[in-house]
Amino acid sequence: MQTLNFEFPADRPPARRAHVGVAGSGDLEVLMTPGPAGVARVRVRTSVDGFDTVWRVVLERFFARHRVAAGFELNDSGATPGVVTLRLRQAVEESMEEGSA
Amino acid sequence: MSRGRNWIRALADGEVSPVVPSVITADARLGEDVARLIAVVPDPGSPYHRARKGEVGLREAYALAEAVAGVAGAHLPEDRRRPIVAVVDLPSQAYGRVEELLGLHHALAVTVDAYARARTAGHPVVALIVGTALSGGFLAHGFQANQILALNDPGVVVHAMHREAAARVTLRSVAELDELARRVPPLSYDVADWAKLGLCDDLLEVGNADEPDGADVRKVKDALVSAVARARRGPRDLSNRLTSPGARRTRGASLRVREAMTAQWG
Amino acid sequence: MRFSFIELDARGRAFALLDGGTGGELCGPFERIESPWLEPQDVVPQSDDGVVVVRGKLDGRSAVVIGIEQAFQGGGIGEVSGMKLATALSLAARDSRAGVPTAAVLLLETGGVRLQEANLGLATVAEVCSALLELRALQPVVGVIAGMLGCFGGMSIAAGLCTELIMTREGRLGLDGPQVIESEAGVAEFDASDHTMIWSIDGGTQRTRTGLADVLVPDDVAAIRSAVIEAVGCGVPAEHRSQRIGELGALLAAVDPADPPKPGDLAAVWGRG
Repeated sequence: MQTLNFEFPADRPPARRAHVGVAGSGDLEVLMTPGPAGVARVRVRTSVDGFDTVWRVVLERFFARHRVAAGFELNDSGATPGVVTLRLRQAVEESMEEGSA
Repeated sequence: MSRGRNWIRALADGEVSPVVPSVITADARLGEDVARLIAVVPDPGSPYHRARKGEVGLREAYALAEAVAGVAGAHLPEDRRRPIVAVVDLPSQAYGRVEELLGLHHALAVTVDAYARARTAGHPVVALIVGTALSGGFLAHGFQANQILALNDPGVVVHAMHREAAARVTLRSVAELDELARRVPPLSYDVADWAKLGLCDDLLEVGNADEPDGADVRKVKDALVSAVARARRGPRDLSNRLTSPGARRTRGASLRVREAMTAQWG
Repeated sequence: MRFSFIELDARGRAFALLDGGTGGELCGPFERIESPWLEPQDVVPQSDDGVVVVRGKLDGRSAVVIGIEQAFQGGGIGEVSGMKLATALSLAARDSRAGVPTAAVLLLETGGVRLQEANLGLATVAEVCSALLELRALQPVVGVIAGMLGCFGGMSIAAGLCTELIMTREGRLGLDGPQVIESEAGVAEFDASDHTMIWSIDGGTQRTRTGLADVLVPDDVAAIRSAVIEAVGCGVPAEHRSQRIGELGALLAAVDPADPPKPGDLAAVWGRG
């Protein structure tokens, strides 16, 4: 298991926090909390060691398109880059919806 | 050799009688009480071929429930109901096809229900672990007790699964598992480590855990008398397992869950 | 039109059973009450430790639904997840005693004790059973085994204690999982690759036919919710399945363990065909 920390520039504050996914085989859990202005702060805990560069590339690409200023906690159990991007997008979509809890 | 049988024989004041060949009971004087002792023992002739070495199988689960429910008490005032002592020395539940077919989970539920009902009705229920206490077998026979005592002896092991199987399932070697257990107490196979989790009400030093002598018997009987008194004073649910000094040290996460959920429940 | 229950995660299932808009989660993911024992073993924790507790209304009555997430650590019960189960059941019992009858629904998809937390997992399963029995005397505790994982290990004992047990054809119930039995007892005793045999013993159809579960429902949210509401509506029975010691004796006496019936014939042997 490995813990990685990243920061990316961001300028869109989310409406609310969001939670998607599960830290189960091939998937990951994402907790997203409205956070400090101007930055997306990401902490990744992953079951698979040695993929620092892949994580950086995947997250950089995502946060270049979705400049969401929030804290992101990712609990990963070997998700592919495609699944990581999907879960992040779901979290952002959920956080932008008005209304429900 | 069956530690369960040896300890029941040693502690008994009177005859040891089988409910079925693999479940034996006896009475023992504990202070002013006459306690009922119950143990699962090997039965090499059992028609259930996966339950011949002292495992808790279908027949044992049923016989245990009968034995527990048979300890009369309804006519006695609640504070004088007879103590029940589960003498625990069992390798596990029975792993087998007929066991699954007929629903061993259900049979064990019947046993758990009987023990819990005796406890809530006011019978002091004490588990005395003299050998191995593993997995579903221990859940059925022992883990519903108000008080749990264990001998501090290398032959005493409490665990969710035996070493080799646990290593296999968690994809580790036995050596790696033992190394990990030094840092992660709930993984340990050492009874002294287990006792630190807050689940053990008394860890007893005896001279001979296999074949107890007179001094061992006196010591254990004294400990049982104290345990019965504590059970009568204590709650009838299992909440004391979270208030023990050991639990305060090792079960911080349990306490946090209980406090947070109670606060949010309102 | 059917909506699959099985395709929902534990949280989705719990909210789907309760009356719309009434559910509120307790000790949810943002509380971050994780298992303290996983990271030291290089296992990534989950923020809710794989158990979802949702309080709300069920057909207008107070209820708590407790769902085990099968995708996290095989639904294994550790210190935190087990204590969430036990505490929710105890609090429902407390409310029921205080004049607010609160039923419980358990969504049981679990391999049993989480081996990474071995002894504390085992201890909390004992505490879950005790709390379940405490509530069951006051209000129904309904178990649902929808699939796909099934309910095994120590938690299968909890299933056996439930007031009523609802299963789908895709659900399985047994004490020991097929792989565990095969590795303990050998392939001749139990062949974990023989799916037909496994389902004929552990499957929801068999368990309801033989009376070890009560209701067989299709994998449909509305059907499962109706079955749960009906089960809760029946209230607390005079005697629970796990209290019928004599009946267990009779069931065992009806079968020769050296020559057991085929799974398909068991219901008839037990007079439950």
